[in-house]
Amino acid sequence: MIFNRYRRGLFITSFLAAPVILYVVYVISPYIQAFYIAMTDWRGVSAMPRFIGLDNFERLLDDEKFWLAVTHNGVLLLLLPLITIVIALFFAFLLNVGGGHGGRKGIWGSKFYRVLFFFPQILAVAVVAVLFQQAFRPDASGMVNAPLMALGIKPIGFLSEPAVAFWSVLGVMIWQAVGFYVVLFSAGLASIPRDMFEAAQIDGAGRISLFIRVTLPLLWDTVQVAWIYLGILALDVFAIVWVMTDQHGGPDSSTTVMAAEIYRNAFHYSYFGYASALGVVMFFFTIGFAILALRLSRRERIEYQ
Amino acid sequence: MTTVSRTILTSRKAARRQRRSRLGPLALLSHLALMIWAVLIIVPIMWTFFASVKSEGEIFDHAWAVPETLRWDNFERAWNNFHIGQYMLNSVIVVTISTFGTMLLGSMAAYVLARYPFRGNRAIYLLFVSGLAFPVYLALTPLFFVVQNMGNVPLVGPFIGLNTHLGVALVYIAYSMPFTVFFLAAFFRTLPTAVVEAAMVDGASHTRVFFQIMMPMARPGLVSITIFNVLGQWNQYQIPLVLLQDREKWVLTQGIADIATAAGYDQDWSAMFAALALAILPMLLVYSVFQRQIQAGLTTYALK
Repeated sequence: MIFNRYRRGLFITSFLAAPVILYVVYVISPYIQAFYIAMTDWRGVSAMPRFIGLDNFERLLDDEKFWLAVTHNGVLLLLLPLITIVIALFFAFLLNVGGGHGGRKGIWGSKFYRVLFFFPQILAVAVVAVLFQQAFRPDASGMVNAPLMALGIKPIGFLSEPAVAFWSVLGVMIWQAVGFYVVLFSAGLASIPRDMFEAAQIDGAGRISLFIRVTLPLLWDTVQVAWIYLGILALDVFAIVWVMTDQHGGPDSSTTVMAAEIYRNAFHYSYFGYASALGVVMFFFTIGFAILALRLSRRERIEYQ
Repeated sequence: MTTVSRTILTSRKAARRQRRSRLGPLALLSHLALMIWAVLIIVPIMWTFFASVKSEGEIFDHAWAVPETLRWDNFERAWNNFHIGQYMLNSVIVVTISTFGTMLLGSMAAYVLARYPFRGNRAIYLLFVSGLAFPVYLALTPLFFVVQNMGNVPLVGPFIGLNTHLGVALVYIAYSMPFTVFFLAAFFRTLPTAVVEAAMVDGASHTRVFFQIMMPMARPGLVSITIFNVLGQWNQYQIPLVLLQDREKWVLTQGIADIATAAGYDQDWSAMFAALALAILPMLLVYSVFQRQIQAGLTTYALK
């Protein structure tokens, strides 16, 4: 008996040791160190960073570029989930329910559309960023501008106009995200019993009221999950901005985001202390969003079983 | 009796056929919307492949100019001058190590945490799962120095410090733990206990039960989380950007992200498009073969 308990303990320890050590060294310890480094003026060269209390946080209050970045993340946080979810819900509904026939069949070709729409999701953000950087070129060599110019329309500076560049970033993010949520919502729809739709149709519901009165309420849980994922994507955005835009967040800081400012301060200017302070602020924004999302999402569930 | 039911059947069929042929304006609009999005997806990707066989002049003249001859040598220059082959090999090396490590360590931790109650179990589980909520950008600076210090460890240092593939793979493994443990622990909890008890009575060790009974039973869960990790780690850009500064060690995403700059120096935009096409092509191939598994692997977790 004692031998068995010993064996069990040994097994637990041997299975947990490697993952826990690796996780503590590479994940937990950097997070803890970041909070300390945020209160130093460390620039990476001196062995002992000088402790300066909250000076970095005072400084960041006046950092207009950082707050501009926060604003951009804020706008993305509002618009990216909203637009992506609306488009994805619309397509998921068409592909799964919109085809008529008792209200559950999808439209003709729905499998093809689902497969195609999902594809951008598996491309690396860096690849998508370079692709659209080229497609958005401001002259006749640009994929979008060439036909516009042929029609006699003035070319659009998708990435060179400060007033336009941010919307190009948002557009590309939506382009890549929609397919994933179409598939996600389709899976959600598939788990709704089909007699729900049939009953509604017998009661005379048209396609639009079928969507608003039946589909949307039953899919609400999945929509919330989507909203949280897209919100985190909006707060975490980095690669698309860093790779696609001019001057990594330009032109004229018009597309910069929190993550880009953190990376720039740390690895371009070597302001490690200051960058960590920015990271702490970002951390609280993310945690704040997560708590808010969990609070708001506590809506009564619809059980259909 | 039979004739009556047959007439009902045929009339129903006819009605259905009629309904189908009578595409209402709403259905037409639906088709139009879907087709527009399909075009938005296909055109940029096709355009890239198209540009990858053009000459320099054709690219700059007009974005939609039809190439006079197909210039396959663009791919040769992308492979050799832009080192796409090297970067791809580096990505394969890193992702092979990191995915294998993630699955091995992740499933070991998840299994013990899911099925062996002991003091501190809950705390360790929460430690892993809490990582899901943190933005990686906060840890980036200290992480750089942690990995740099790893380089000074005697003996193994040169293999796990900055600019090493093993070093990056270890970081990938660590940062993949939260989700992998969260997902697999939930999965292991659903597996039946009877088989395990029988095996233990027969004298199988805990380790043997894990590798020979639990792992095969958990296969569906392992497959989807493996797909999730392979794609996530293959597409990772932020971590290698910080940890791999030596060009020869770069992974594919870094090479691609830098390619516009490189093309600017060399004045070789046609090879740049070929490089981009080379980065998309393997994904297209893998996706066309495994699209069902990939869609399931990436979305099932969201429905948990």
